[in-house]
Amino acid sequence: MQARIDTAEPLLRAILAAPARLQELSGRDWDLLLRQARASTLVGGLAHAIEQDGRAGLVPPEVWRHLEGERRFAQRLAHDVRQEVERVAEPLRLAGTDVILLKGAAYVLDDLPPAHGRSFSDIDVMVPRSDIAAAERYLKISGWRSKELDRWDDRFYRVWMHEVPPLVHAASASVVDLHHTIVPLTARIQLDARLLFEAARPAALDPTIKVLAPADMVLHAATHLFNEGEFDRGLRDLVDLDLLLRHFGQEPGFWRRLLARAEQLDLGRPAWYALRYTARFLGTPVPEATLRESKRFAPALPPVMDRLFERALTPPHPSCRGIGTQLALTLLYWRAHHLRLPLHLLIPHLLRKSWKRGAGAGQVAQPGVPNLNR
Amino acid sequence: MAISPVLPGRGRSGEKFGKFIGIGPFVFFLSTDIPLLAAMIETLYEGFPAWEASANRFADFHVGVHRVSGMRRIVRRQAVFDIDGFRPFFPLASGQALMMLEGGLNWAIAENISFFLVIHAGVVERNGLAMVLPAPPGGGKSTLTAGLVHRGWRLLSDELALLSLEEGTLSALARPIALKNESIGVIRRAAPQSWMTPPMPNIEGGDVIYLKPPADSVARIGERAVPAFIVVPRFQRDADAALLEPKSRPQAFRELADGTYRLSLYGRRGFETLAGMVDRCQCYDLRFSDLDAAIQACERLTRGALRR
Repeated sequence: MQARIDTAEPLLRAILAAPARLQELSGRDWDLLLRQARASTLVGGLAHAIEQDGRAGLVPPEVWRHLEGERRFAQRLAHDVRQEVERVAEPLRLAGTDVILLKGAAYVLDDLPPAHGRSFSDIDVMVPRSDIAAAERYLKISGWRSKELDRWDDRFYRVWMHEVPPLVHAASASVVDLHHTIVPLTARIQLDARLLFEAARPAALDPTIKVLAPADMVLHAATHLFNEGEFDRGLRDLVDLDLLLRHFGQEPGFWRRLLARAEQLDLGRPAWYALRYTARFLGTPVPEATLRESKRFAPALPPVMDRLFERALTPPHPSCRGIGTQLALTLLYWRAHHLRLPLHLLIPHLLRKSWKRGAGAGQVAQPGVPNLNR
Repeated sequence: MAISPVLPGRGRSGEKFGKFIGIGPFVFFLSTDIPLLAAMIETLYEGFPAWEASANRFADFHVGVHRVSGMRRIVRRQAVFDIDGFRPFFPLASGQALMMLEGGLNWAIAENISFFLVIHAGVVERNGLAMVLPAPPGGGKSTLTAGLVHRGWRLLSDELALLSLEEGTLSALARPIALKNESIGVIRRAAPQSWMTPPMPNIEGGDVIYLKPPADSVARIGERAVPAFIVVPRFQRDADAALLEPKSRPQAFRELADGTYRLSLYGRRGFETLAGMVDRCQCYDLRFSDLDAAIQACERLTRGALRR
């Protein structure tokens, strides 16, 4: 049983790749599908995928009411995000700094497919490094406050990562993360953020807000998924990539531009992973020529990485994550930290993190905990 | 949010109880390795539709209360609530297992359902008219609900009102009623024939018991009810026996909105559904110090003795 957990294709992933297979499902399967979707924060996303494929009729009403309900909640949240973005954008306009909106909020403002059925947490924005102090100042004047962090974490955020510690709005409790690049300062891969600002474009639903160019958006999502060691939302991030590639892939020349940009920004490896695994696990129609040309970015041992990521890009649910998967996740966690930090910083950081984790984390006693369906 | 997955086969011993139970519009898969809890579930949920664990069916949620493995199990005999492989709450003593289960079921419905408006209120029905009892803390909602139910009113819920967004009707759960401290004695005297669990220590201090729902309410779970009255109970020791005062609709709406879980997520539709219910109802405050008098006041309402 244990062996099967770690080798079988997870039900949720199989359905996302081929929604027509819903007709094969029995009661127990629907049960498992919903629970895997909940664990993956993909209930709304699954609803959207099923509807887009015209298969809503295959879903029994007792299941569909969950999917549809969460999808409606997500629409409501997307509406709220637009208001919250304005709370960030206004002070930054006053600061006179260049701003690019990133990730989930950018998908909403640019009316992109990954926005549908999505839950939102923080708002991520990127400003030029030279403007970060001014940006933080203007945000604080407008009611944003630093979250409480101890001195180590605060220093870690500011100096070694690419982030100002998160800011919370006093009235609305939204959280904004200020970035000045899309990979950490100390990472082995160095990236010239100016290139990203030069290529940025107005968001579809609000031209006063800028978002990344299509290829940059894909590469950012790919880097975030494949270079950072957290995979609780791994499958959801892969779904985002699939949707972005399908959407932008319709533009003539996109695939060629994507690879050229990956080369230019030195993000070829994450691009290789993104193209390979979206095609393999979600059936993304990546052109053969693109897959061939991306081979120059491949890692030394593709079969090893294939095995690791095949396990990591699964719903974080006991039905598909056994001890084999736990091992894969640990290895990828170490890899991510190795990519982010030189050794002399990595070891103290990891030691401190594991000490904090052991000292009692994870459970919340009071009501008001987040819900399961997201 | 950290997920602690409950891996199969770890930390369990003894016979494991697991069944699908239909509770109103939902199906829960309930499981536990605590024999006393299993026995209480069988008694309290007697008459509810049930299927064996091997049944090939869908459940809205998988919930359970299981003994915590490791040192805590031996030293302090603790148990913890889990839902879909996730543990949102701290463990408690095994003796409080039923409280964890019932509290967990409430949380599952209140925080994870998107296709009803879920309001923190009791709901009872008589003569085809439903009475919604919103729940200010210490107001005596559960005691009043239990009292009415044992005078022949149908129980829809003592804790969670499920309001349909499409039809504006209320759906029943007919689950066991939680009673605390003095209410236990009051209801025991008022309804000596009803089945109650032994008292268990409440988290906030004092005792809590669970009252088995009347068989008639369980048999009629599928009947939806049309809301007709909103009555806010406020128990006050030094008040009149019972005093029913008309309440303005805007005020009633405000209080109901405060008691609706995640109302903002339902957007305009949620607002309109809730406003629609308030519009159709007669709204009152009920201050009382005597349960019988309060029950009679409610019965007069449904007989039409008090019209706005």
